[in-house]
Amino acid sequence: MAVASDLGRGMRHGDRLARARALHAVFAALLAAVSLTSLGIGATGLTLGDVLGALSGAHALEEIERVVLYDIRLPRLLTGIAVGAALAVSGALLQGLFRNPLADPGIIGVSAGAGLGAITVIVLGGSVALIPSGAYAVPVAAFLGAWGVTFGLYRVSTRGGRTSVATMLLAGIAVAALAAALAGVFIFMADDQQLRDLTFWNLGSLAGASWVKLAASGPAIALAIVAACTLGPALNALALGEATAAHVGFEVERVKTLAILSVALGTGAAVAVSGGIGFVGIVVPHLLRLATGPDHRALLVNSALCGAALLVAADTAARVIVAPAELPIGILTAILGAPVFLWILLRRRGLVDL
Amino acid sequence: MLEAHGIRVALGRREILHSVDLRAAPGALSCIVGPNGSGKTTLLRALTGDARHDGTVSINGRDTARLRAWELAALRGVLPQAATLAFPFTVTEVVRIGLRAGDAGEHAEIAAAALGRVGLAGYAERSYQELSGGEQQRVQLARVLAQVWEPVTEDGPRWLFLDEPVSSLDIGHQIEVMQVARDFADAGGGVIAVMHDLNLSAMFGDRMLCLSEGRIIAEGAPGEVMTDATLSRAYRCRVRVNAVPGEAASFILPHMAQAD
Repeated sequence: MAVASDLGRGMRHGDRLARARALHAVFAALLAAVSLTSLGIGATGLTLGDVLGALSGAHALEEIERVVLYDIRLPRLLTGIAVGAALAVSGALLQGLFRNPLADPGIIGVSAGAGLGAITVIVLGGSVALIPSGAYAVPVAAFLGAWGVTFGLYRVSTRGGRTSVATMLLAGIAVAALAAALAGVFIFMADDQQLRDLTFWNLGSLAGASWVKLAASGPAIALAIVAACTLGPALNALALGEATAAHVGFEVERVKTLAILSVALGTGAAVAVSGGIGFVGIVVPHLLRLATGPDHRALLVNSALCGAALLVAADTAARVIVAPAELPIGILTAILGAPVFLWILLRRRGLVDL
Repeated sequence: MLEAHGIRVALGRREILHSVDLRAAPGALSCIVGPNGSGKTTLLRALTGDARHDGTVSINGRDTARLRAWELAALRGVLPQAATLAFPFTVTEVVRIGLRAGDAGEHAEIAAAALGRVGLAGYAERSYQELSGGEQQRVQLARVLAQVWEPVTEDGPRWLFLDEPVSSLDIGHQIEVMQVARDFADAGGGVIAVMHDLNLSAMFGDRMLCLSEGRIIAEGAPGEVMTDATLSRAYRCRVRVNAVPGEAASFILPHMAQAD
């Protein structure tokens, strides 16, 4: 009897999926609260009370306030949600794909590839044959750049079903350096207006958010996240290696292809609207794994919710700290994320078997 | 029935397996033995479709090359020699990876039962990465057992492919795990095990296949394969096979072996 009750308790405690799923609602509520706060904070005098009043219909906004709320803060908020969710989910996907908690779109060069694609279109678009310009050309080019890097890195660092972390990180550094060099060439060629656009890439910011850009990137990010969330069981099996994932019934090549496409789509679209915002993809999944375990079925959804909440909160802070000016958000996420990366590395040195 | 015809595997220019034919019946525990580098694991990897190979493999009359991954997964479980785990899953979560469908309550019972079967009943909530090598090996076996929990289904017998299932276990757990394989076969399932330990193979196995340099040099009941001539030829050292009077299983002692 003692053994039986022991077993029952063990099953509940040994399987953390139910608790992780229960947290979906908590994180969704957190995201809602952060979002409302974000709508009520900014350089103009439009307050949280005004926003709540306007949303409930009790308080009529003046024309200028309507513009601030609906054409500046709202698209910026939605862009922040989309970008944060995309980066965190891309991070969780990459970590599952590479079987390593240190994989991150920023660190292994996926964002650099996306940035290079976007810069190519910004500078050469419309003036060089075969390279288009326009709101949709930038995310498409960013997607292609991100896809090329993710696919190439996976091919380079995987031999016989085993992925080498050292190869992945070092190849990522080489790719990022190459992308930076090519981007330097384009910056050299760019005119003044293009330079302003390019500077924005390097720092990473949501300040350029608009309905037009959101319309181009939002659907791509939504598609990437939905695709990612179907991969949970397969990524769990992949944690035991490619051979075992196949043995328990997953079409491994299809899973890998879908994961890479999803990362490229999410990261590409996110970089296209916000530039190089780093470390969201490593901080969020890692903390969630500590709290609720590594089961990808819950991890991917929770990553989307928490990544969105983190980026919106960081963006709000970036607008408040040095108001009325604002900090580039990439600086904040790097200050938060780089120490976490170091912490993971030092705590589990065995991960990088150099 | 598991049937393999003309299995050839080449790594680079070197051919590891030279046209191996193999038949194994459900309800029996078949052990593949042979010296290091004879191609035992490669043969198993060819049978499970992990190694690129010429020739055909069929399970229960169905060509495995034509089956989808999930169809094969319903038909057979595979225990690899060593498995690393990328993330800090608990023991229960690892075993449940073997249960593809995932969430239903009956699955939780199978996971617990499978852990009990390999002697790890109290380990459900332990972190997999903190276990010893032998314990990890048994958790992996529990995962494979959970995948093919019923040895026979309406689609016919199911199969276990075990790559050195007892290699890092103490003697008590070696016998426990061999008994699990034995019971699976007795219940009507088929078991193919790559084995280092000739004595355990002879004790628990129904059939033995001895590989040497990429060819099967002997097959049959353990008593037929465990002969001085066959083993001395395969392992390149002089061994003496003994038998306990009145018991079926032959055995060898390292004390009685002499290097050539």
